[in-house]
Amino acid sequence: MQSETKSRVDQITSPAGHPVSVLRFEGDIASTSKDAVLGTYQALPKQTTKLILLDFSKVDYINSSGIALVIQLLIEAANAGQKVFAYGLSPHFQKVFTMVGITKYAGLFPGQQEALAAL
Amino acid sequence: MSGAKATVKPTTVEVRLPSRLGYEKVAMSTAAAVAKLMGFREDRVEDLKTAVAEACINAMEHGNRLNEGLSVGVVLSAGPGALEVKVIDDGKGLQGLPPKPDIERKMHGEEDPRGMGMFLIQALVDEAEWVAGANGKASYVRLVIRLDPPSQ
Repeated sequence: MQSETKSRVDQITSPAGHPVSVLRFEGDIASTSKDAVLGTYQALPKQTTKLILLDFSKVDYINSSGIALVIQLLIEAANAGQKVFAYGLSPHFQKVFTMVGITKYAGLFPGQQEALAAL
Repeated sequence: MSGAKATVKPTTVEVRLPSRLGYEKVAMSTAAAVAKLMGFREDRVEDLKTAVAEACINAMEHGNRLNEGLSVGVVLSAGPGALEVKVIDDGKGLQGLPPKPDIERKMHGEEDPRGMGMFLIQALVDEAEWVAGANGKASYVRLVIRLDPPSQ
């Protein structure tokens, strides 16, 4: 019933010339998404990955278990000295991320272009 | 269906879900459909969907302990100015509400990253109460989301 979470990573360069790892998610982000969210993140090389962009533009449903996975990712990224940004959330999930405090640790942007311009 | 907002008659819709994660989306969709018929704004429908989903997940995980032999009942009662949702499980009910989640504590490993469902429910609807069932069964959470008063 829960739609499988798909994820992939694109390596791109910001207009300022910084390498950025974009984690693109698709489907639901829920308790079954651990591999797609944390597994994909943990496969990134810690030494060279400093900027991470989370793409939620193809995600329709995020529940509290999915939010907890995003927080776990933020904890690991903070411990590794990485900065995390996100884009593509619906207005509702922008509100939810703000309510739970995620926006203190991950800047939210409406789209990839706006996010990259800020990096 | 336009004009439904002005002519809401008391109506009850019931859904019964298996205690299997993912099936909360059935309750979400049903609640959204009822709320749209009542004339709720799109942003309030989204609030309701998340609150109902979290209530169902709590009922499945904590009330029914993911026992698929037990079901979660969802009763949506549409009234003239509000939608009430009861999510019923076979658990003993809550012993008390958990503290509000603290992102700083979570980030510093002092608090479990999980545990935000009840906070979201309370934040997204107008009323939320958890009621322990008699004899340790049929506990429920009752949510109320109100229609905005008509603008003049």
